Amino acid sequence: MKSFFINIGERTNVTGSARFRKLIEAEDYSAAVEVARQQVENGAQIIDINMDEGMLQSESAMIRFLRIIAAEPDISRVPVMIDSSKWSVIESGLKNVQGKAIVNSISLKEGESVFLKQARCLQRYGAATVVMAFDENGQAETADRKFEVCKRAYKLLINKIDFSPEDIIFDPNIFAVATGIEEHNNYALAFIEATKRIREELPHCHVSGGLSNLSFSFRGNETVRRAMHSAFLYHAAKVGMNMAIVNAGQLDLYEEIEKELLERVEDVILNRREDATDRLLEIADGYQTKTKLNKTADLSWRKETNSMRINHALVNGLDEYIIEDTEEARLTSKKALHVIEGPLMDGMNTVGELFGEGKMFLPQVVKSARVMKKAVGHLIPFMEEERGSEDGKKTNAGKILLATVKGDVHDIGKNIVGVVLQCNDYEVIDLGVMVSAGKILQVAKDEEVDAIGLSGLITPSLDEMCHVASEMSREDFKVPLLIGGATTSRLHTAVKISPAYNNVVVHVPDASKAVGVVSSLLSSDKKDKFSEEISIKYEDLRKAHSQGQRERELSTIKVARDNRLRIDFSVDPPVKPLNPGRHTYNNYPVEKLIDFIDWTPFFKTWDLSGKYPSILKDKIIGKAATQLHQDAIHMLKNIVDENWFKPKAVIQIWPANRIDNDDIEIYDNDTQSKKPIARLHMLRQQMKRNGQRKNLSLADFIAPSENDITDWLGGFIVTIGEGPDKRSKIFEEEQDDYSAIMVKALGDRLAEAFAELMHLKVRTEIWGYQADEDFTNESLIAEKYVGIRPAPGYPACPDHTEKDTLFNILDAKETTGTKLTENYAMFPASTVSGLYFAHPKSKYFGVGKIGKDQIKDYAKRKKQSLKETEKWLSPNLGY
Amino acid sequence: MIELNMANTLNSEANKRILLLDGAMGTMIQNQKLTEKDYRNTIFKNHKIDLKGNNDILNITQPELIKNIHEEFLTAGADIILTNTFNGTSISQSDYSMENHVYEINLSAAKIARQAVNKFSSAELPRFVAGSLGPTNKTASISPDVEDPGYRAIEYDDLVIAYKEQASALLDGGVDIFLIETVFDTLNAKAAISAIFQIADETEIVLPIMISGTITDLSGRTLTGQTPEAFLHSIRHAKPFSIGLNCALGPGHMRPFIDELSRTADTHICAYPNAGLPNEFGEYDETPEITAEHLGEWADAGLINIIGGCCGTTPAHISEIAKAISGKPPRKIPKFEKQMRLSGLEALIVRS
Repeated sequence: MKSFFINIGERTNVTGSARFRKLIEAEDYSAAVEVARQQVENGAQIIDINMDEGMLQSESAMIRFLRIIAAEPDISRVPVMIDSSKWSVIESGLKNVQGKAIVNSISLKEGESVFLKQARCLQRYGAATVVMAFDENGQAETADRKFEVCKRAYKLLINKIDFSPEDIIFDPNIFAVATGIEEHNNYALAFIEATKRIREELPHCHVSGGLSNLSFSFRGNETVRRAMHSAFLYHAAKVGMNMAIVNAGQLDLYEEIEKELLERVEDVILNRREDATDRLLEIADGYQTKTKLNKTADLSWRKETNSMRINHALVNGLDEYIIEDTEEARLTSKKALHVIEGPLMDGMNTVGELFGEGKMFLPQVVKSARVMKKAVGHLIPFMEEERGSEDGKKTNAGKILLATVKGDVHDIGKNIVGVVLQCNDYEVIDLGVMVSAGKILQVAKDEEVDAIGLSGLITPSLDEMCHVASEMSREDFKVPLLIGGATTSRLHTAVKISPAYNNVVVHVPDASKAVGVVSSLLSSDKKDKFSEEISIKYEDLRKAHSQGQRERELSTIKVARDNRLRIDFSVDPPVKPLNPGRHTYNNYPVEKLIDFIDWTPFFKTWDLSGKYPSILKDKIIGKAATQLHQDAIHMLKNIVDENWFKPKAVIQIWPANRIDNDDIEIYDNDTQSKKPIARLHMLRQQMKRNGQRKNLSLADFIAPSENDITDWLGGFIVTIGEGPDKRSKIFEEEQDDYSAIMVKALGDRLAEAFAELMHLKVRTEIWGYQADEDFTNESLIAEKYVGIRPAPGYPACPDHTEKDTLFNILDAKETTGTKLTENYAMFPASTVSGLYFAHPKSKYFGVGKIGKDQIKDYAKRKKQSLKETEKWLSPNLGY
Repeated sequence: MIELNMANTLNSEANKRILLLDGAMGTMIQNQKLTEKDYRNTIFKNHKIDLKGNNDILNITQPELIKNIHEEFLTAGADIILTNTFNGTSISQSDYSMENHVYEINLSAAKIARQAVNKFSSAELPRFVAGSLGPTNKTASISPDVEDPGYRAIEYDDLVIAYKEQASALLDGGVDIFLIETVFDTLNAKAAISAIFQIADETEIVLPIMISGTITDLSGRTLTGQTPEAFLHSIRHAKPFSIGLNCALGPGHMRPFIDELSRTADTHICAYPNAGLPNEFGEYDETPEITAEHLGEWADAGLINIIGGCCGTTPAHISEIAKAISGKPPRKIPKFEKQMRLSGLEALIVRS
């Protein structure tokens, strides 16, 4: 993981946090550990640990705390900063960390020899160090002295003991400003100026500081303090401060600080006017009341009874106190299990009710589930202990197996369904992605599940679902089969899947319907009636469908081809790309993709329908949407700051011509030789047309070979990489399904955004046929530009297997690390690929149903059997 | 400070070719089917507890046998021979009440290996002795007591003392390299590094240090939870001659983790996997051909500088590996920007 700006968590510091000090004094280490955990969860990339308090045995407290967090992988995954003014505490700390830590701090306070001796010792332990701007004459206050002290320390470290400069972090002292004492007015500016010189003149080192000092005069006024911290960081970071000790999760975005407040805060920090302090004080009180009100309102629920607090935490998705509250409930219950069956299930029932009434929405429910999981996680060890005395196995509403079928890697929707079911007391066995029929059946048998849910996103998965259904029949299964996922439909389920299985098959259109369907199917009194209704409904659909089939008439492929779109390429000649050939991008910065995100589908993922941004103001779901959006923005920040994702892309534009009616042949980049390197096979619309409308094929948008005009075709793959999957797994391990789903949903959105951005790049720079284009993101989403980028497997070229050719000619594996599954799903899941057509007449369309004559011809062109061809194009077969 | 000549020779050899380590000492000893009596010989005839299984004591009681094994590996083509001192700290030897013989064990082990290597070494094809410092049987980062995560069965300072005793003896016996190996707890390794630093201060002799961690399962983490890159950052201050992995996994499973180190380390990469995973009888049955095919591919891929075998690998394995890597260039050591490389269980790089 690489980072530009490092947030160092400050709360595990007895001198800075009264709460932490009390916990350490009371030797309540498990609660103290939670403080550390919270820092990491809130985005601290390093945690500062300080036990310097008169009343404490600092050394043993440091040792004990470091040892205990070593057993907490979600805390100890980050490096620690061992913070003490006592050398013995520092050294004891270093003897108890296996990672490479930072020491905070050493300085020239006691002269050169002590300084160098300590630094030498740090080299032996392998630690980086903070060096304070502090020498024999005291702490440096002016910019000049700060710089001089740091420079002297730097030279000593480098020249005398060969200390690695990249392991030196200078702290040029952040002192309080706006204290009313005139000499203090320039402190912040002095820090900023010193930082600038340090970073310019002392190569490879870093600059850090403890932020909270700065705003010491405004204790109790969080709004002003946060604004001061954010504004200070903004200016200091610009000149090279790259680390700060902060309360992670408590920084405001610089852009979001209110104008008036920001101006006055900056007057103070940059010492811009003599009355700066007075002017900030003038308005500070106004902000104070706001925060105070919020604070008291926020915590009043803590005064309620234990079960009401648990209820509140679950309904509002607050996990801060849930362990504490659960533990309290456990101590008053006979058994740990009773806590689950009692207050926790009651709370989740409230959540379920509110969800059912449309008063809570999916993202909120998933957050509630996170709280629930935490609580249950706390109780499990106790329950296991209790289980020893009796065989008290937890009974639940039923056992549901979920899987994304073989050949498919998409699982966001399935994961959401899993969480929702778990919230409703179902035991969920989630087999993950790319699960074979054999494994699904085996586990279903072994675990005696009550229902099976299949999910898939790409069209070949529909076939695989049929396969699973027929296997279930063959093995005489009786349990209901649920079908879900983006390409699935009620019609397909009724027509194709349901006949393959001689028991009930139900299409579940979205996660919010899952519980209703499952509970009806598993309840002894509703089951028969519900199944009966479904089978009648599906029978009707099948009948209507077969009638529709007969009514729909197709042209022959010959007639369709005669009615092709005939572009006059002499009028609109193909544009030669400015930069043909291959373009690859590695670790493309995620921050550049964010502006290209189309948010509307993101909300759809969470079952919130509506157009962005108006969805944020929606009367009913606006609040949920806004919170979700904020959480997404917050995660995006982490994604960027901590480099979770490594986007890669490959783009290439080749000379190309239409050939043999509906194929496109592409040539190597030498336009003279026209050596063919691949052939893409396109399909043509066959619906009966009369009058103006044409029977389109993508091949129509490319100049034919016979006219001797060289045309061009582009191809691309963009991927966010395996980051979303990996992160999601980490969140899952932390019982945080909300973030696990969120990170994947964002991965998908970023992949689409990446495709959008790259397409813009292609139009304006690489191909350059539209160099003067200047569109807003909204018009990009509305696809108002010239040229298209259809993807194999989507309506204009519905054959997924064409991706194989695309991936081959782009050397997908080497260039982007992506590959195709046996059913041509792209892996990693957050990947988008497609073809670029530049002609102004090119547009998106759907091929729709096609006739057997075209399928036969297509099979011949692709040199594959008719059966194979029909398999991959089954959704398009018009016969 | 004096740098021994061998350090320069080692460096120049490593630039020329992939260096070959030896194979498993333990497996070879096991095949001898030694009895309690063999382990004791006459020297420890009256020792109060059983010594069978204490392979390190064989450096004293059966020096010829150990030397023969070294020579078999040298004949097979090994460039670097590991001393038979995997359990040679007072911490591990206390299991056999042998902590008072630690100096002797390690001194003898180093001398045996030295003699064997000298017999085969030439100016054209120099060979080396690496003094093995094992992980000990205790961990400084994990509590053995589930009730008390703050408890430790061993402290850092005790590890430093034990390692210093072992490393001093190895140095006195004439090793060319220190090999801190099978590291499952990086804090233990850091104690070993500290011990070696102390010896260097006292003797002014600086030997190259090789460090080899062990990833115990497919999670890709050390036993104490570090990723390979985090492990690398934690020990980088030793300025190791090589960093790598050994034991626990066969080559098939080890490859992605070596790949990670190869991409992130600016020093030599060393790997010596097991001969596959143990079968249900605890035996390793990956044939020399299979092991060699894997490792040959690693060489082709430019992943490694030093290669060899751990549990289950025999002279036949080493000889096949020698063929598989013959003529293939060693991995080029990448140069990185100066960046602060920190770690907890995971790595954190702070750009300047």
